[in-house]
Amino acid sequence: MNPAGVARVTTGCSEAPILRERGQREVFCGLTGIIWLHRKIQDAFFLIVGSRTCAHLMQSAAGVMIFAEPRFATAVIEERDLAGMADANEELDRVVTQLLARRPEIKLLFLVGSCPSEVIKLDLSRAADRLNEKFASTTRILNYSGSGIETTFTQGEDACLAALVPQMPEASAQAPASLLVVGSLADVVEDQFRRLFDDLGVGPVGFLPPRSSTELPEVGPNTRFLMAQPYLADTRRILESRGAKALQAPFPFGAEGTTAWLKAAADCFGVDESRFTAVTALGRERAKRALSHYQEQLAGKSIFFFPDSQLEIPLARFLSRELSMRIAEIGTPYLHRQNLAAELDLLPEGVVLSEGQDVDRQLDRARAARPDLTVCGLGLANPLEAEGLTTKWAIELVFTPIQGYEQAGDLAELFARPLNRAARLEV
Amino acid sequence: MQLTVWTYEGPPHVGAMRIATAMEGIHYVLHAPQGDTYADLLFTMIERRNKRPPVTYTTFEARDLGTDTAEIFKNAARDAYERFQPQAMLVGASCTAELIQDDPGGLAKALALPIPVVPLELPSYQRKENWGASETFYHLVRALAGPHAPAPGTERPPRDAGRRPRCNLLGPTALGFRHRDDVAEITRLLDRLGIDVAVTAPLGATPADIARLGEADFNVVLYPEIAQTAAGWLTRTFRQPATKTVPIGFGATIDFIKEVAEIAGVDPTAVLAGAPSRLPWYSRSVDSTYLTGKRVFIFGDATHVVSAARIADKELGFKVVGLGTYSREFARDVRAAAESYGVEALITDDYLEVEEKVAELHPELVLGTQMERHIAKRLRVPCAVISAPVHVQDFPARYSPQMGFEGANVIFDTFVHPLMMGLEEHLLGMFRGDFEFHDEVQPSHLGHGAAPAPDQTQIKETEIEKAEIASVVQAVTWAAEAEQELRKIPFFVRGKARRNTERFAEERGLATITVETLYDAKAHFGR
Ligand code: SF4
Ligand code: SF4
Repeated sequence: MNPAGVARVTTGCSEAPILRERGQREVFCGLTGIIWLHRKIQDAFFLIVGSRTCAHLMQSAAGVMIFAEPRFATAVIEERDLAGMADANEELDRVVTQLLARRPEIKLLFLVGSCPSEVIKLDLSRAADRLNEKFASTTRILNYSGSGIETTFTQGEDACLAALVPQMPEASAQAPASLLVVGSLADVVEDQFRRLFDDLGVGPVGFLPPRSSTELPEVGPNTRFLMAQPYLADTRRILESRGAKALQAPFPFGAEGTTAWLKAAADCFGVDESRFTAVTALGRERAKRALSHYQEQLAGKSIFFFPDSQLEIPLARFLSRELSMRIAEIGTPYLHRQNLAAELDLLPEGVVLSEGQDVDRQLDRARAARPDLTVCGLGLANPLEAEGLTTKWAIELVFTPIQGYEQAGDLAELFARPLNRAARLEV
Repeated sequence: MQLTVWTYEGPPHVGAMRIATAMEGIHYVLHAPQGDTYADLLFTMIERRNKRPPVTYTTFEARDLGTDTAEIFKNAARDAYERFQPQAMLVGASCTAELIQDDPGGLAKALALPIPVVPLELPSYQRKENWGASETFYHLVRALAGPHAPAPGTERPPRDAGRRPRCNLLGPTALGFRHRDDVAEITRLLDRLGIDVAVTAPLGATPADIARLGEADFNVVLYPEIAQTAAGWLTRTFRQPATKTVPIGFGATIDFIKEVAEIAGVDPTAVLAGAPSRLPWYSRSVDSTYLTGKRVFIFGDATHVVSAARIADKELGFKVVGLGTYSREFARDVRAAAESYGVEALITDDYLEVEEKVAELHPELVLGTQMERHIAKRLRVPCAVISAPVHVQDFPARYSPQMGFEGANVIFDTFVHPLMMGLEEHLLGMFRGDFEFHDEVQPSHLGHGAAPAPDQTQIKETEIEKAEIASVVQAVTWAAEAEQELRKIPFFVRGKARRNTERFAEERGLATITVETLYDAKAHFGR
């Protein structure tokens, strides 16, 4: 095998027609990414420059039950900020100063753009430059947009990571080959992958985002990167512009996906076949054993994906190939063909793929299909349950560690539990 | 710009959604970017509604800007009409669409839909959720009931003596704090008084119901934040009197009954004689003695805090040491109430300011919102939730009104449960120092006796504690012995004892607090 990824299965659906829809989209905006990013990059703070709606979104999506004070906040634009741009900039500087006085431990501050700040053309990159001068000795200030007019849900992470890439130190052209894993992973998953790469002799390995903003890995022409998340199109582009090269692979869901993902790195780093097999054998074996608990329950059951996180295609691939589920429809907010090439090849033939959304029409299709399980956003779940459909919250798939061998069983369980519950209840 | 971590109220269009979602046969077309669809989950997840809110969002994107966002709006409104066939439509903009100035009202008018279309102008950069709900309800009432208004100056014809008086219940919405159960309780109470409810609105009402609001004899304003503006217009237009008392608490329920009886011309004696509430007796029972003078801090929406303060002060014998609201529109009422308890009202929507105030006042009980619950938890003060913003726990499966006599029972339990029970409080004093019985031990009903592992919250607590102490102490230090003696004081009054002692020492210019100082201070302040 070569770095281009797993063998192409020509019966796959990479050429399948796609239903493109334009209508009401029932998805979160990119600000939501802050909820996991602020826990991942532990010395970073996210200041949304937006409206009361943005603040309310964050509160509702994160729940008010957060135990410690979150490392995010909103600078709510008010009437008088709209009156004059100069004022808005001054106001922003004042709020940032106030915030950094309250939280002096912040090493990295993201100014996060929203729809209102974009529409009034509040220039946050200039604001970041300005504030960097003022706070250079303590805090680095970056900006990106998580606005709902430009990003859906997980794309906020893409924008955030893309803003981090220019900050990564330059690795020289003479530097030995290194691997970069791109996309937020739970710490436990990151550690598992690190151990596997060590055992394979692949490395040095860096992770983006790092747990601390001061540990940004180097990047250069000898950097090869593996995407851990399918929604990082901009990050990929910018990494490539810094000379790094993407390894094409399916995403690390399930035994098969994880193996193919690791294999892409192993091949690139010249790990021989027997060592690869030896190092991955235990994990593969454990993943298969864990998945076997759910085979009976999930095999033959149909599943319908509403668009949400862009994880839909890799998840559908996992569920159809490793658990024999039937795919009623895979909706995704955006279909990034380049990132998903290896995935599309592995989808069953004739699968219905839809991109974008007209939620009412898609609801009609879901009702007609009456799938055994429907994956959808928080706004739709209870109404569908009330119509007798069994649902799974899409957002849980983003918040739960699901990548890698050791999580394969957990991932299957996430889909099995709603069915299990539906079967148990006699009310 | 205002720096905020949490907010008490959503944007005004969420208020409009609370009206639309409460009703039947109406649809709201909202010009908004895709992320604003998050608001649906408030209703389907937090309130556990089994239907999607009747809202169509246009979900325009950046690439649509400056080209055809108006066209997107028109298509969305047309499609929504065709698909949902509502009896009336609300149209408006969220904060982002407000900036692009597409004028949903004008665009919808151009569509000439065969139903009433009510345009909403809700300035998102100035106003908030409750105001948005109030405006939406008011405009809806004007648009739908307006055409049935009598000519100005006409008197209401007298009520037909053969039928019972009729009123409307105004103000309950979707996502309201216990609104569902309050409506049931007050409807029952009115029925016992011989009064029928003509229309409850917006909760459960159709546009046709709104159109006949003018037929009732008077209006009961359950939640002034939502219904006062509409009720005022109905009074002016249809000469319908409106109630002023919000029946939350035992005394307020009695006052409400008298007020309603007066307006409706019915005799309340039988209902008042029954007054079926346990609150007065429970409050007088000797076990409640320990409640005497407990220092309570109250924060929430205006209606609930004003009611809670009256209950706390008059019906439970607490001492109100702080009172505040995030409902700026009702600041005057809250200020007046606060004054009657000898405190200054805190009017703010900045929860950090509330936190500071709670830390400063060291109350023994906080009555607040979910936000204050967190503040209280951090400061280790017991807390009960009395007001929105709502949480999934505020939609309990059981019947749990805040209004009327049953509401008074519910409130007695709600306010008192977070506190130690009477006899228990004395036992704590008696057993202090017992090695198995100290403040790190969990109460027996909360599982095993081990102290919980310190989590982030607790670390934060001690930091706050230290910071507070540092701010007070400065010149005053504690002698080791005195510090030890302080530890012997039950933990729920220890903070107060510490502060009082330090204040006492400071006022007298003492540099060190000894055991003597501690007891001098105790004698000085009394309990
Ligand atoms: S997750 Fe559930 S319990 Fe937690 S804040 Fe949200 S609604 Fe409340
Ligand atoms: S869609 Fe835009 S306005 Fe709405 S919450 Fe997201 S960034 Fe804020």
